[in-house]
Amino acid sequence: MIVHSIFFYFFSVIAIFSSLMVITSRSTINSVFFLILDFISVGCLFIMVGAEFLGMILLIVYVGAVAVLFLFVVMMLNVAEQKQSWFIGKKSTHIPTGLIVSTLILLELLVVVGGWKYKEDLMSSSTLLLSEISNTHQLGLVMYTDYILYFQLAGIVLLLAMIGAILLTFRERVGVKKQSYLNQISRDPSNAVELIEVKSNQGVKVDD
Amino acid sequence: MTEIGLGHYLSLGAIIFFLGVIGIFLNRKNIIVILMSIELILLAVNINLISFSIFSGDILGQIFTMLILTVAAAEAAIGLAIIVVYYRNRGSIRVEDIHGMKG
Repeated sequence: MIVHSIFFYFFSVIAIFSSLMVITSRSTINSVFFLILDFISVGCLFIMVGAEFLGMILLIVYVGAVAVLFLFVVMMLNVAEQKQSWFIGKKSTHIPTGLIVSTLILLELLVVVGGWKYKEDLMSSSTLLLSEISNTHQLGLVMYTDYILYFQLAGIVLLLAMIGAILLTFRERVGVKKQSYLNQISRDPSNAVELIEVKSNQGVKVDD
Repeated sequence: MTEIGLGHYLSLGAIIFFLGVIGIFLNRKNIIVILMSIELILLAVNINLISFSIFSGDILGQIFTMLILTVAAAEAAIGLAIIVVYYRNRGSIRVEDIHGMKG
């Protein structure tokens, strides 16, 4: 149990420190790196507490895809000249309001933590955690049966996001030669090939 | 202190949520950091859901977490696409330069 608490404090201190660095570091690329560190430490926490599948999903999908997507966008856009403007320039007018609102949110969440108590007998449910099968097996048993509609809807959300991202960033470039499949497959021999009778010693006049 | 319970995980989630909200308000640089703060907030929500799921013995919270992960990935993709298009049109993604709707 002491090992569990040591690992919990280790990972959570790293998670809090890296999320602090995400919002305060001067260059955007450093923010992305600290975001990756944050995802990794929270993923380790998930694995430690017993949600192995979601911890692995967090490591693979978030670190492998979403954070790298952020990294690509930061590298594509020219944001390097803006990194000195953290304390320079005119002061934003909504910083005090933001501090008040976020501190109130933190206080409210901590009040919820302090007031939480277990009910003695839990409600009967068909989705209880069982100890004899693994976490992934159990998640699949619930997700592919009772929650199949939500699973499919999540797939549709991802499809729409893909279509939307392609549609937003698509632009037609002029002066680029492209293959036209419609022209290719609609050719037929009658207008593609011309047979010419060539007379001897005269040659053929080919129109350019 | 050495017994890690639900309260420890909820406190961690609360602190990360707080840092995400502060990151949205205090941001003076570019709008990508705001998207990263939104990712932090969603991560804090996931921590809350998973700890409730584990400590109350019900797997439903993990399914909700998976749906939240899906929506967060879609949101990141669309948001970054919008940022790329905005940068292509305006040449800047500073927060203080974005005032086209006079808000």
